[in-house]
Amino acid sequence: MPKLYRLEGDQIVEGDDPFVALADDVPPPALLSPASAVILSFARFQREGDGILAQGVRVGVRLEPDERVEGLAYDLPRLALVALAFPKFRDGRAYSAASLLRERYKFAGEVRAVGDVLRDQALLMLRCGFDAFEPADGATVGEWSQALHRFRNVYQAAADRRVPAFAERAPAGLGRVG
Amino acid sequence: MYRYDAIDAAIVADRAAEFRGQVARRLSGELSEDQFKPLRLMNGLYLQLHAYMLRVAIPYGTLSADQLRRLALIARRFDKGFGHFTTRTNIQFNWIRLGDAPDILDSLAEVGLHAIQTSGNCIRNTTADPYAGATAEEIDDPRVWSEAIRQWSTLHPEFTYLPRKFKIAVTGAAKDRTAARVHDIGLKLRRSRDGELGFEVMVGGGMGRTPYLGQTIREHLPARHLLSYLTAILRTYNRLGRRDNIYKARIKILVASLGAEAFGREVEAEWAELDQAAIDLPDIELARIRAAFNDIAFEDLPPVSAALNAAKAADLSLARFVRNNVAAHKVPGYGIVNISLKTPGDVPGDCTADQMDAIAALADTYGFGEIRVTHAQNLVLPHVKLDDVPAVHAGLQQIGLAAANIDLASDIIACPGLDFCALANARAIPIAQAIAARFAEPAMAERVGELKIKISGCINACGHHHVGHIGILGVDKKGEEFYQLTLGGSGAEDASLGEVLGPALPADRVAPSVDTLVDVYLRERTPGERFLDTYRRVGLTAFRSAVYAEAL
Repeated sequence: MPKLYRLEGDQIVEGDDPFVALADDVPPPALLSPASAVILSFARFQREGDGILAQGVRVGVRLEPDERVEGLAYDLPRLALVALAFPKFRDGRAYSAASLLRERYKFAGEVRAVGDVLRDQALLMLRCGFDAFEPADGATVGEWSQALHRFRNVYQAAADRRVPAFAERAPAGLGRVG
Repeated sequence: MYRYDAIDAAIVADRAAEFRGQVARRLSGELSEDQFKPLRLMNGLYLQLHAYMLRVAIPYGTLSADQLRRLALIARRFDKGFGHFTTRTNIQFNWIRLGDAPDILDSLAEVGLHAIQTSGNCIRNTTADPYAGATAEEIDDPRVWSEAIRQWSTLHPEFTYLPRKFKIAVTGAAKDRTAARVHDIGLKLRRSRDGELGFEVMVGGGMGRTPYLGQTIREHLPARHLLSYLTAILRTYNRLGRRDNIYKARIKILVASLGAEAFGREVEAEWAELDQAAIDLPDIELARIRAAFNDIAFEDLPPVSAALNAAKAADLSLARFVRNNVAAHKVPGYGIVNISLKTPGDVPGDCTADQMDAIAALADTYGFGEIRVTHAQNLVLPHVKLDDVPAVHAGLQQIGLAAANIDLASDIIACPGLDFCALANARAIPIAQAIAARFAEPAMAERVGELKIKISGCINACGHHHVGHIGILGVDKKGEEFYQLTLGGSGAEDASLGEVLGPALPADRVAPSVDTLVDVYLRERTPGERFLDTYRRVGLTAFRSAVYAEAL
């Protein structure tokens, strides 16, 4: 089972992953137990999502960078998780996808980073609204937590709701909190 | 000028500490070069032909005297005693050891300098008018908005891994000294008919192998919405820009393929959905930034300096310096003094540590401790009393930086070329030196007048050859260095891309051909016409036939 790092409070903890990623070519188990949790590709979710959800199973969808989050807009309330893929860590499209999920669609479920997920990008991911990570590096939860706290201040309002510098500077009552 | 407060300083210090850790992980082998590369690039560290190169950011080209002295110290202690000012208004040190980089960044952080986002596929340093806050031409001070952009773009979580690098220019004056039309985003301050301050927003300009001029997607964006509108542009680009081909990944390609109108519609739709109030700076923060730039106590002086006029009459070289290097200031009795880093024979943009220290001292004594860097690789003392210009000129003469050639033929932009750069096809610096030598006689250069010559050692166009009145591009022909000439480009408010003159020329034909082009211009020009104006009026043919008739 791949490692799963999750954000709890302001720390990263390692936990068991209740979700099983169902590959497109694996037939669905005839009867999923209501306790199961699966991650489907966007294409498979469109084909089979309704049926699987009807079994009371928790469902997550994995979006590749070229699959737009707008395509999930109506289904988000039924989803427990959206996994956003980083085929390479340099491919930054998932940052926009996560920001949209949190800020525009107010998605409250888990937003998970999958693929080439490294601690050097952990803070960016956290700020854009990711709260779970399948790490591709060998770094420990301690090192991941450290990476999240590397900066005492931030300049921008983002999905993590940290107070941006311009609001910190404003006299009390005049600042806006992201 | 804006000085870092505790929050700005903490962000820079935290970044330096982060990079120190990453360098340690690289040196220990924990990070592969592939993993380390984007991290070091995001901190301005390139691997060049001979050594690491560190590119230090000079935000919107504004330096304090203390910061310039620190750059001199870095040049002396960690490099070979000089630095190179770039067309991005940054400074590069070409002989850096990887292990020294963390100490250099710590030292820079002490004076509020850093190398954050001077490379990598992120939002780079903003270009602003080097005459900001000094010229009467400006509608508003572009530094206020450039500082807002600096903060917003620094470690932006969503826009640090864009398809490709991203450059923004802000000009407050109609006369464009930023080359706004060849930036990914060009912002031109303007007022609407009812007086509201806003920006004309141009997108999709750029040079490189497929040059484009930026196209206007909004005539008037209310200034207070700048950051949310930029967010909408960047998000649209981050999502839709190509990532399959590095040469097609810049926003210019996206804008060209969608069409500016359709791209603009995408941006407007995104912007309408954004929580603008959470992104745009509150008025109180804009006021804080603006106040920091209004810190200069100008004296009430007569508009004409009798002392300067007397000195000019006695010293022809001073008179020439004033004619070419000193521009009008918004405050009577002051001038904007340009310092040319293009002394014929020297490397364009290079500055020694001793020269940096001397310029910092001149800035402290005569110029409110402020220095600007221009995209033409020169420096500016933006606020000098006209009475003090003779002393500044004398000080510059002592350090060999009194060349009176701003915007003249020897004020050449050149990239480092094959002498330093791993990407180059051909050398740029020796070509620049050969051309400058032909215009080293000041009277001759002045007679020719404004002539912007720009040289790139490869198609990446760091030397901006596409927008040179005469552009020169180094190409490789079967292992030999050849040079492609273009004519009629401009990066200013009358922006245009140059047209190819004809087949590429061997290195030893370049400077003589520039002579020939200038001869054609001198023959054809009508009174008051610059080289560019004459070219636009008479067309390519006269110039082409003169150069290639001689080549045969």
